[in-house]
Amino acid sequence: MPRDPSIRSILIIGAGPIVIGQACEFDYSGTQACKAIREEGIRVLLLNSNPATIMTDPVMADRTFIEPVTADAVERICAQERPDAILPTLGGQTSLNVAMELARRGWPARSGVRILGADPEVIDRAENRQRFKDIAARCGLATPRSYVVHTVAEAMECQKDVGLPAIIRPSFTLGGTGGGIAYNVDEYAAIVESGLRASPVSEILIEESVLGWKEFELEVVRDRNDNCIIVCSIENVDPMGVHTGDSITVAPALTLTDREYQRMRDGAFAIMREVGVECGGSNVQFASDPATGRQVVIEMNPRVSRSSALASKATGFPIARIAAKLAIGYTLDELKNDITRSTPASFEPTIDYIVTKIPRFDMEKFPGADPTLTTSMKSVGEAMAMGRTFKESLQKALRSLERGRFGLGLDRHDRWGRPDQPTRAEIVDRLARPNNERIHFVRYALKAGLDEAEVCRISRFDPWFVGELAELVRFEERLRALRGQALDAHRDLLLEAKRHGYSDVQLAAAAGVTEDEVRAARGRLGLRPAYRTVDTCAAEFAARTPYFYSTWGEEPDEVPSAGKPKVVILGGGPNRIGQGIEFDYCCIHAAIALRADGYETIMVNSNPETVSTDYDTSDRLYFEPLTLEDVLGVIERERPAGVIVQLGGQTPLNLARRLEAAGVPIIGTSPEAIHRAEDREAFEAVLEKLGLDKPPHGMARTVEEARDVARRLGYPVVVRPSYVLGGRGMAVVHDEASLLAFAEEAASVSPDHPILVDQFLEDAIEVDVDLLADATGDVVIGGILEHIEEAGVHSGDASCALPPYTLPPLLLDRMREASRRLARELGVRGLMNVQYAVKEDNVYVLEANPRASRTVPFISKATGRPLAMIAARVMTGRTLAELGVTGEVRPPRFAIKKSVFPWARFPGCNILLGPEMRSTGEVMGMDRDFAAAFAKAQAGAGEHLDRPGAVLITVRDQDKRQVVYVAKKLASVGCEIVATRGTYKVLERNGVERLRLVQKIDAGRPNPLDLIRNGEISMIVNTPSHGPLAHEHEKRIRSLAVARNVPCFTTIAAAAAAVSAVEHVKQGPLRVEALQDVLVGLGAF
Amino acid sequence: MTQSPPARLALEDGRVFHGRAFGARREVAAEVVFNTSHTGYQEVLTDPSYRGQAVVFTVPILGIYGVGDDADDQSGQAQAAAIVCREASPRASNYRSRRTLHEHLEAVGVPGIEQVDTRTLTKHLRDTGAKNGVVSTSDEPDEALVERARRAPSMAGLDLARVVTTAAPYRWDEGFRPDSSPWGPDEVAQAAPGARGRVVVVDFGVKRDILRHLVAQGLEVEVVPASTPADAILERGPDGVLLGSGPGDPAAVAYGIEAARALLGAAERDGLPVHGVCLGHQILSLAAGATTRKMLFGHRGANHPVRCARTGRVLITAHNHGFAVDPATLGRTGLEASYVSLFDGTVEGIRHTRLPVAAVQFHPEAGPGPHEAGAFFREFALAVSARRGAPEPAGAGRGAADGAGPAGQEGGA
Repeated sequence: MPRDPSIRSILIIGAGPIVIGQACEFDYSGTQACKAIREEGIRVLLLNSNPATIMTDPVMADRTFIEPVTADAVERICAQERPDAILPTLGGQTSLNVAMELARRGWPARSGVRILGADPEVIDRAENRQRFKDIAARCGLATPRSYVVHTVAEAMECQKDVGLPAIIRPSFTLGGTGGGIAYNVDEYAAIVESGLRASPVSEILIEESVLGWKEFELEVVRDRNDNCIIVCSIENVDPMGVHTGDSITVAPALTLTDREYQRMRDGAFAIMREVGVECGGSNVQFASDPATGRQVVIEMNPRVSRSSALASKATGFPIARIAAKLAIGYTLDELKNDITRSTPASFEPTIDYIVTKIPRFDMEKFPGADPTLTTSMKSVGEAMAMGRTFKESLQKALRSLERGRFGLGLDRHDRWGRPDQPTRAEIVDRLARPNNERIHFVRYALKAGLDEAEVCRISRFDPWFVGELAELVRFEERLRALRGQALDAHRDLLLEAKRHGYSDVQLAAAAGVTEDEVRAARGRLGLRPAYRTVDTCAAEFAARTPYFYSTWGEEPDEVPSAGKPKVVILGGGPNRIGQGIEFDYCCIHAAIALRADGYETIMVNSNPETVSTDYDTSDRLYFEPLTLEDVLGVIERERPAGVIVQLGGQTPLNLARRLEAAGVPIIGTSPEAIHRAEDREAFEAVLEKLGLDKPPHGMARTVEEARDVARRLGYPVVVRPSYVLGGRGMAVVHDEASLLAFAEEAASVSPDHPILVDQFLEDAIEVDVDLLADATGDVVIGGILEHIEEAGVHSGDASCALPPYTLPPLLLDRMREASRRLARELGVRGLMNVQYAVKEDNVYVLEANPRASRTVPFISKATGRPLAMIAARVMTGRTLAELGVTGEVRPPRFAIKKSVFPWARFPGCNILLGPEMRSTGEVMGMDRDFAAAFAKAQAGAGEHLDRPGAVLITVRDQDKRQVVYVAKKLASVGCEIVATRGTYKVLERNGVERLRLVQKIDAGRPNPLDLIRNGEISMIVNTPSHGPLAHEHEKRIRSLAVARNVPCFTTIAAAAAAVSAVEHVKQGPLRVEALQDVLVGLGAF
Repeated sequence: MTQSPPARLALEDGRVFHGRAFGARREVAAEVVFNTSHTGYQEVLTDPSYRGQAVVFTVPILGIYGVGDDADDQSGQAQAAAIVCREASPRASNYRSRRTLHEHLEAVGVPGIEQVDTRTLTKHLRDTGAKNGVVSTSDEPDEALVERARRAPSMAGLDLARVVTTAAPYRWDEGFRPDSSPWGPDEVAQAAPGARGRVVVVDFGVKRDILRHLVAQGLEVEVVPASTPADAILERGPDGVLLGSGPGDPAAVAYGIEAARALLGAAERDGLPVHGVCLGHQILSLAAGATTRKMLFGHRGANHPVRCARTGRVLITAHNHGFAVDPATLGRTGLEASYVSLFDGTVEGIRHTRLPVAAVQFHPEAGPGPHEAGAFFREFALAVSARRGAPEPAGAGRGAADGAGPAGQEGGA
């Protein structure tokens, strides 16, 4: 049946900020949905608070609302814009929850707006654990023994039947937040409690453990004619017990017979029908007992998910696009398979390669948190790789992770044969306890002489996977033949190694030569990768979509080329904290702009979640690891006129010099200029030459030197190891004892590993300046962001305001001028980000990043000027004047950026902002004044300021005077203030009204924790003190605040900003405003 | 890892693909075809429809779950002439696995060749058509192998049914084992054995999953050789006849067409249900006066969408055919196309406008492949039981009667 003509306008609900379990895969699905629906002539409205998404570009929808993703916002937008329907199945759990809330309010009936894709009843059937269990039973499918409970007492009762270990899953939470696996009674009680708290409906499922069973996922699509297809089957290498988002997975499912697979397929369809997902994509998870083949169904997501993005990239079948078309009335057989363009979408992709996905973790950023992998997701990103064998695919995926690993072992992080070679005890422990290094420990285990059966028994990996790894371990022995030998004499062995996925780096390590020597030998031997097409049909039909991966020892597939000049854009690889969707956004913008300019654009990336790895973003897509070898392979195949390295974050930037040395034409800022900005000493010389100030600093090679430097500078100081980037391992230390501890333990300072010591500019304000510069020396400021928190908070974590809200014009002009001079001196061609600290009247340069920064998409949305597109054009030789880019755009609204943090995933870690970045994503709040914009940013981050309740204030001594103003203002708008003794006294003395005293945590009850638990607290102002006891108390308060979603401000500056926002929300609901009404001259996008 | 001897696949058009031998060490000449299923190599290996063919698997690794008991077998022996793949797993992992694919092929005398650039080979077959080839470990020059490939008989005009059919009639009693049943639980409550009547299956190379389905539908099943004349079939007094699947060129099975023509007469005369699957479908079409033609590279896989003409529903089905019924010739046959391939418009099923005669080109029995077309067998069983006048248990006709079963088991014909 053709599309429903009664739908003329649709509101698509996005997923909001990037959080663990809900990342840029929902920008990918949302963007596809916008395109798919708009090309039908339907008016598209879009709601998403995340400015770093492509979907919120003003050209993607007719009306774009960068507003909090809440039921309130949807109601207001619909009242204003009168759409016929909303589509909540492409924005993850967030948008689904909004739809549920709207249904609870009775809104669809009241407003006459339809909810497309999945009605609330369907969502409830899939997500309500008990109902789902009943449905599975009706379909005749087995489920693990389980109970749905709402209280601790009930949970204790049913534990007897379920036994231990037991799995606890909270209902309606993202990626299993709050759940886990309990091995003993104490753990059981603790997890039950956290699960009940995490579930918005205080409901958990207690489940029989199927730990160690094989785990599978099927991606299902159904249309309203009841046609069902499986797009992809996925098998987890990590068996049951590890969240699928944290598991290494492969596609297609490998260890199932046809009988087993087809039963699973039948079950998935039966569930889909019984749950009643009328049309769209869903994901059904199964576990299978390896000993008996008994299958149980675990859960179902009645929406497009992270796995659907993976399945789309793995097969070439665009699930979100198709789901969007189905939502507006089409059936599968009416839609074309875009890849073959000759066959319909009603088929099941078949693939002739193996896909491996490996999650990426940033555990080291959350010290104190347990790194064991459980059913609650902890990974922050993922890499995917394709190969013609499992071994090739796995090794490519391992090096795609960019964790310094170049495959399975044989690289500089390989501990085998080194002093830190793992002991048998460590190996056994790391096999038994799921962790992010487990695959490497399987190798260590085999090298240590554990037999395959033993490894399987301990790890519960399927023997087939362990056998594959064992073959690689045996192959390592054959690679010994290379040591001390002329590589040229070993062509066959090298080719075989390549076919097993070994990288040049690994072969170099095996042979005892350099990576460059291996590459040179390959060149002489004519060994180069063959690029093959991803075509959804295993070559059964001719495919036109240019989506490629490399393999070895085969004939290449045709790579169509229109003969236009080519530009290669290097992407950012797997998401990680500090490098995520913002950089993908910039790469996509480059592809769009240069494609429009007549270039053939070629994207190289390894991240399956992103829009950049959608096959129609660029003219060609190479799904490859971003290592020197893999990138050079693509470049040798394509011979581009230029390669762009400054948009994908640090990943491509780190390759710049070596690519240039290999003769690759880097366009934009030269690698030499990049080096001058990134190398600390070279950059100091630049600053000196320009007469710009840096905070006083020094370098230390011994503990004593560190102490001396710190004494000279005066405490507090910022310290960091010199060999890391991006705030990793940075700390602010306030006294000598902490400094010495840091120098000795955290940084293990030595002559080879000096530490850098900077004076910490207390109470300084940090500022980010993003600019564009071209070859003529013309520089245009893109935007100036003032941080709301004081200096010392990583710029990625700080809240920011655009335009600046407290700094005087004179100082801003000085930063503009300094930025211009820096850009000219360095020879920037494209984007640069400069960070400043302003203290009193002094402006200090903290660092300059000659690349796209995290703030580029935010500024582009706030100003309507697409900085990355312009930068890409500048890199191809255009001038800013030619492009009409002159002068700084005055933002038409206040825009506030607020970061969101994964604290809830890492219980035990200290919740405090610092120089090390720990946020996963951000939201934008935009409005006519600062207060309203700030309130929206808070709401977008889920920390609403309009909740009833008192404000808890407990601050360190030095802040007590300043907090008086904050408290008075709160009291004046009717807020009750609750304060601990010291703060209470100061406030009372200063005549603050509506004041209540609360005991300190150890001084009696009720204490602040009780009040928070009871829901009496709507907001917290808590600045960190330095005493160990106070520190412990604050930690408990902040942890509880996070668990209860109570906004918590840890600096006076942020608290002051929040107070103005509270004042605003007391006056009435937040407005909604379309980007298209705010920005002018959007033709640039 | 691959220390097995080098092997080659030489095609009659001169293309030669290199790889390594596994399984039996034996040279074979065969028609080279490709199959795009992710799973089910054991079923493919034992499917008589692959008789005399070297099957190229596009799935990159074969043999991961090993070879299990005969519950997955589609006949009593290996049928494919050779197996061609990118990688053959030297290990097997599955609770039902009894040996590795290599060990099994060695035991049943089928040569394999792995480390072959199967994607390039598949593209070649797709572009130039299925063709004969030789799989060999000999060290003769390429030309010698190519020459032998050229001399191998073409599939066109080849009557392979005669080769794979049973020598003597037999009874078949085995349904699906619980852990290898293709059905959801509501289907497991199988009809009582034989309750719905007795059918004769003409064995042109019938797959065992077809027989298992018939038993599961409560039919008593007798299998007769391909060359059994119609009167000998009718003498057995069946309540229905099913022309089974099989290999080769349908036009070459003159005796089968002859018998089918007489069976159509019985359908006309006294309402005998006559159904067909795959080769049986082609033979029935030929008997009714249509013609068949050889396809360029055929359909072999488990992901083929076909549309049901009656309901508009799309089924994802298992295919294995290199010949097809020419739709232009259906005109005066009394038959109409009941299913059409959404890939290329091929006729995938026929039904008679008046008589209880229907057939499908695809494989409703799956084995390997999706199960959603299995209602074909229920419809056949209902037609059989209707003719016999046996009372139907309540609800038994659900899927066929309302046209949309719960598991997408839209009627077969």
